[in-house]
Amino acid sequence: MLSIATTFGILWVLAADSFAFFRQVSPIEFFFGTRWAPNLEPRSFGVLPLVSGTLLIAGGALMVALPVSLGSALFLSEYAPPWVRNSLKPTLEILAGIPTVVYGYFALMFITPHVLRPLFPNTEVFNGASAAIVVGIMIIPTIASLCDDAFRAVPRHLREAAFALSATRFEVTTRIVFPAAVSGIVASVLLAFARAIGETMAVALAAGMTPKLTLNPLESMQTLTGYIVQISMGDTPAGSLEYLTIFACGMTLFIMTLGVNLIAQRVMARFREAYE
Amino acid sequence: MSDTPVLFEPRLKRRRRIARWSQGVFATSALIGVAFLAVLLFRVIVDGGSWVSWKFITNPPSDLDPNNCGAMSALFGTLWLIAMTAATSVPIGIAAAVYLEEYAPNNRLTRFIHVNISNLAGVPSIVYGILGLALFVRWLGFGRSVLAGALTLSLLILPVIIIASREALRAVPKSFRLAAYALGASRWQTVWAHVLPPALPGIMTGIILALSRALGEAAPLIMLGALTYVRFAPHSPMDPFTAMPVQIYNWCDRPDPEFQSLAAAGILVLLGVLLPLNALAVAVRVLHERRKAW
Amino acid sequence: MVDVAESPPALRREIPRVVVTPLASRPPREEQGDMTSSAVITAEKLTIRYGSFPAVRAVCLEIPPRQVTAIIGPSGCGKSTLLRSMNRMNDFVPSASVEGTLLYGGQNVYGPGYDAVELRRRIGMVFQKPNPFPKSIFKNVAWGPLINGYTGNIEDLVEATLQRAALWDEVKDKLHESAYALSGGQQQRLCIARAIAMQPEVLLMDEPCSALDPIATTRIEDLIDQLKDRYTVILVTHNMQQAARVSDRTAFMYMGELIEVGVTHAMFTKPTNQRTQDYITGRFG
Repeated sequence: MLSIATTFGILWVLAADSFAFFRQVSPIEFFFGTRWAPNLEPRSFGVLPLVSGTLLIAGGALMVALPVSLGSALFLSEYAPPWVRNSLKPTLEILAGIPTVVYGYFALMFITPHVLRPLFPNTEVFNGASAAIVVGIMIIPTIASLCDDAFRAVPRHLREAAFALSATRFEVTTRIVFPAAVSGIVASVLLAFARAIGETMAVALAAGMTPKLTLNPLESMQTLTGYIVQISMGDTPAGSLEYLTIFACGMTLFIMTLGVNLIAQRVMARFREAYE
Repeated sequence: MSDTPVLFEPRLKRRRRIARWSQGVFATSALIGVAFLAVLLFRVIVDGGSWVSWKFITNPPSDLDPNNCGAMSALFGTLWLIAMTAATSVPIGIAAAVYLEEYAPNNRLTRFIHVNISNLAGVPSIVYGILGLALFVRWLGFGRSVLAGALTLSLLILPVIIIASREALRAVPKSFRLAAYALGASRWQTVWAHVLPPALPGIMTGIILALSRALGEAAPLIMLGALTYVRFAPHSPMDPFTAMPVQIYNWCDRPDPEFQSLAAAGILVLLGVLLPLNALAVAVRVLHERRKAW
Repeated sequence: MVDVAESPPALRREIPRVVVTPLASRPPREEQGDMTSSAVITAEKLTIRYGSFPAVRAVCLEIPPRQVTAIIGPSGCGKSTLLRSMNRMNDFVPSASVEGTLLYGGQNVYGPGYDAVELRRRIGMVFQKPNPFPKSIFKNVAWGPLINGYTGNIEDLVEATLQRAALWDEVKDKLHESAYALSGGQQQRLCIARAIAMQPEVLLMDEPCSALDPIATTRIEDLIDQLKDRYTVILVTHNMQQAARVSDRTAFMYMGELIEVGVTHAMFTKPTNQRTQDYITGRFG
C-alpha cells in the first residue's frame, strides 16, 4: 500500500527529471561541455563547471571534517571516561540539528571576512573555501557519530588481547581498533560525502552564483544545487529550456548522490559481516 | 631450542609519551567540534541579539525598512508548515513502519522497499523540491501554496520517520511478541498493545528529529516559490507562504548590513525553537535507554 | 578485608595456616611441588572491589616459579578477578578498586608509578575464548614482539614460538592466511603462542579450555605440561579434574576468599578444610 507509493515516489522523481533530459540540446554537450551559461548569449550547456564546483566544495568539506571527526570519534570511544562521553555526544547531536541556512550565514559573515580574508587577502566575497569549511563543520557530527559506532562495534576481547601483549592505548587504538573498523569509517565518509554534494543553502549563500571551472577555492563558484536554487528564484517561464535545465541538473545530482549512497551501503553491509 | 635471549627494546618511555600525547590530540579534536558550535552561537548572538524583539516577531517583512521589518509571515508560515507536515507524515510514516516491520513477509520485495527507503533518505532536499515543483505545484495544480510546501516536506521526512520507527520497533525484543501470541492475541492486538508502547520513545525521537529537520529546510521551499514577497500569514492551505529559513536566506542576500543583522535575529528565533526541540529528542532517547528493562 | 563475622568457625581456624609466613618458619615438606625457591608473585591481603562489592577478599597467596598453579572454585568466587589483577587487566574496569599489595619482582604492582605496560610484557595472558587478531597467523604471533621493539629475527621467533606451542606443523604452510581460518583449538594454541612470543616469565590462563571440545582440551593440557619447563603458569579453571590433571599446586577459592592452597595431589586426596572437601566431592559448585 504505502510502501508501493514510496516506490513510485522514486520512479516518479526519475521520470520528472527525465522530461528535460530527453529534450536537452545534446547529452554530450551537457556532460562534457565546460561552459555553463543557459541564460546568456551565446548559450551553452556544459555542466562541468557546476559539477566541479560541487565536487570541489564537497571534497574540501571532507578534508576539513575528517581529521576532526575521526579524532573526536576515537576520543569518544577509546579514551573518554563515561561522564565526558555522555556530555559530549549529545552536544555533537545538537550541532547536527542546526539548519543549513545558519551555516551559510556563518560562512558569509564570519569565515570569509574574519578568517579567510586575513589569511588570503585576495579572497573574493563569495568563495568556495568558506563553503567547504562550513559544510565540513556541518558533516562532522555525521562522521563522528557513525565512526564512534564503528569503533564501539569492535569487540572488547580484541582490545584485551592487545593490552595483554604489553601495548599502550595508542597502539591498541591505532593498530587494532582502527584497522578493524575501517569499513565502517569508509561507509560514514561516503555518506557524509553524499550529503555534502547535496547541500544547498550554505553553498548558495557562501560560494556565489558564478559557474566556473576552477580549482582555486578562493574564487566564487557555483554548484549544481546553487544553480537550481538560483533559477527557481527568478522568473523562468515554465517549459522553457532554462526551466528544463533544473531537471537536468537535478537528475545529475540525484544520480551522483544515489551512486555514492549505494556504494556506502555496500561497504556497510560488508562491515556488518566482518564479525562472525 | 635453546633459550633465545630476550632481545626486546621496548622503548617504553617513548611509547608512553606518544600515548599520552595522542590522548591530548584526540581530546582536542573533540573539543574543536564543540568550539565551532560555540563560536557560531556567539557570532549569531552578537550580531542579532539586539534585533530580537516583540516588534520583530509581529511585524511583516519589508524590503525597504529594516527597522520595522519583522518575521511574522515567516513565523506563521513555518507554523502552518510544521503542523500540516506533521499531520500528513507522522501517521503515514508510523503506519508504513509498522506494516513493514510487523506484517510484511520477509521477501525480496520487502527488502527492495527497505533499500529504496534508505536511498530516499539520502536524496538531497533540493531534489525533493524539484519533485514538489513538478508534482504538487504544476501537475496537481496546487500552485505555490502551503499545501504544496507541506506535502513536499512530508515526502522529504517520510523516509527518515520510517527508518527511525522501524529501528525502534526492531529494538523491541521478540519475546514480547511471542508472549502475547502465546496468550492468544491477534496480530493487531499484539502490535497495538505490546509492541508499539515500548517502541514509542524511539519513534518519538525519530519524529522530533525529522520535524526539526523539516523546520530548517529552505531549499525545497524556495523551489516551490516561497521566496516571493509574502507579507501575510497564510489563512488557508492554498495561500502563498514563506518560512523562517527562507526569510533568513533572503535577508542574508541583501547588501545592507542591517538586513544581515535581521538575518542573525531570525536565526536566533529559529534556533530558539530548534535547539530545545533537538534537546528534547536527545533527552527522550537517553531517558528511554536508561529505563529500558531489557 | 576479611569479614570475620561471616566466615564459619572452621574457616577462621584454617586461614592462619595458609597465610604467608616467612619462608624460614615453614615446615619442610618432602613432596614435589614444594616452594623451594622464592615465589614469583605474592599476593598480600589483596582485596579487589567492583564498586562496593568485594570480589576478592584479603587473599594471601604465593605463586612458585616454573610450576602450574591452578585456582579453582565455583562460579563467581573471584578467581578470574584474582588472575586478572596479576597483570593489571582490572585497570580497564572503571569500577574496580584494589587494596593490599601484589608483589612481582620485589615491587608492588599496585604501587604508585608502577608501569602496567611493562608488567604485561613479563606476565602474559590467555583468555577464555580464543581471540586472535583479524590478521594472518604470522602477524598474530609477531605483533607483540614487533610493537615492543624486538631486535632479533622475527621469522625465527615466530617459528620457534609456534613450535613451542605445538602448532607449527599444522600451520607452517599457511602462515600468511587469516587466523580465523583455524579451528577453535588451533586458535587457542595460536593465542598461547602469541603470548609466549613475548617471552614472559609468567603465563596467566583464564579457563583456556572452556570453549573447546575435549580433544582440543587434551592437546592444550599437554601443552601446558610442556610449558611449565620455561614459564610459571597460573591456571584458572572451573573443571576440577583438569586442575587435578595438570597442576602442581592448587588454590581453592570461595566467595572471594582463599580457602585452601597446597600441593595438588594432597589437596585432592586429603583436603584440610571442610569446604574444600565439599567442593571437591561435588556437594556444591
